[in-house]
Amino acid sequence: MFWQIDLAILTLVVVTTVGSLMVKDLLGAAILFGAYSFLMCLLWAIMGAVDVAFTEASVGAGVSSVFFVAAVFRTSRRTKD
Amino acid sequence: MKIIGLIITIMTGGFLVYAAGDFPAWSDPSSPASTYLSPYYIEKAIEETSVPNIVTAVLADYRGFDTMFEATVIFSAGLVCFILLRIMGRKEPETRHYRHVLTGVTVTIKEGRKIPASEEFERIDDLWTPPELIIKTACRVLIPFLQLFGLYVIAHGHYSPGGGFQGGVILGASIILLAISHDLRTATERMREKVVAILCPVGVAIYAGTGALCLLLGANFLDYGALASVLHVDPITARSHGILMVEIGVGIAVMTTMIWIYNNISSAGKYNQGL
Repeated sequence: MFWQIDLAILTLVVVTTVGSLMVKDLLGAAILFGAYSFLMCLLWAIMGAVDVAFTEASVGAGVSSVFFVAAVFRTSRRTKD
Repeated sequence: MKIIGLIITIMTGGFLVYAAGDFPAWSDPSSPASTYLSPYYIEKAIEETSVPNIVTAVLADYRGFDTMFEATVIFSAGLVCFILLRIMGRKEPETRHYRHVLTGVTVTIKEGRKIPASEEFERIDDLWTPPELIIKTACRVLIPFLQLFGLYVIAHGHYSPGGGFQGGVILGASIILLAISHDLRTATERMREKVVAILCPVGVAIYAGTGALCLLLGANFLDYGALASVLHVDPITARSHGILMVEIGVGIAVMTTMIWIYNNISSAGKYNQGL
């Protein structure tokens, strides 16, 4: 795999991680966390760990995002701190 | 407090980066894992278990205990969500709203009274929104294919990436999609709360039961070779079938746990119309 793609994905991983922590809007944080999971899934796939990538895509990017959105819907959308 | 947190985070990250320097290089042939363990699995997995996908063989056979307790952890997560939200959740006095389907008139009924059951009224909540025809139709077309794909992923885990966890999540996601596109009541009519709550431990019990069956047949726990006398095949094929049995158990447990957690979180334990 080209190292440029690797580097781009790694940069985006860091950006989405910091972004999901810094964003005040919790729904936005949930979506950014989903994007982070999907980028991690791409990294696993690049490294040849297809099973792990599959799990990350289904559990991390798919179902856990839904759980976060549901939790935000039932609590509050703004953080206190 | 924030500054202390920041210092701790930066220090932990620094230690992590420092320690990562001592890891063997990626795909280093002389690293401890690649000197004896990985070559053994790569050379022997197909002979010993007749499963071409080595990851599945390691996950469900060589490291069977690990996967069994992973399934137990997932089951506990679902159980805790159920206990916290459904059993210990706040009980509020209930006012029921019914909507007359043909005219769109909403009727509100106070605590303790009910409306005669009829097809003309549907029960709704405060946050009711009109159903979106396009989304409902698109999801209705999509869901059977999702479920078929989930079954394929579970059954084909021996030969391609996949297995009980991924397939179970896809099957659970199909029901969650039904709950999102229609509402939670439609989904719980298809997959009732009791069915979910019973199937979840049943999935874990299928896994542990397969192990216990091996124990009863005189082998070690989760030593699927012993199933040969029950399944009437040679011990190596029996290992392959044993892996399929535990994958089905994991699939059932994961599927129902995902639905269980979603139902409880999205309705805050009330099982009303959900998201």
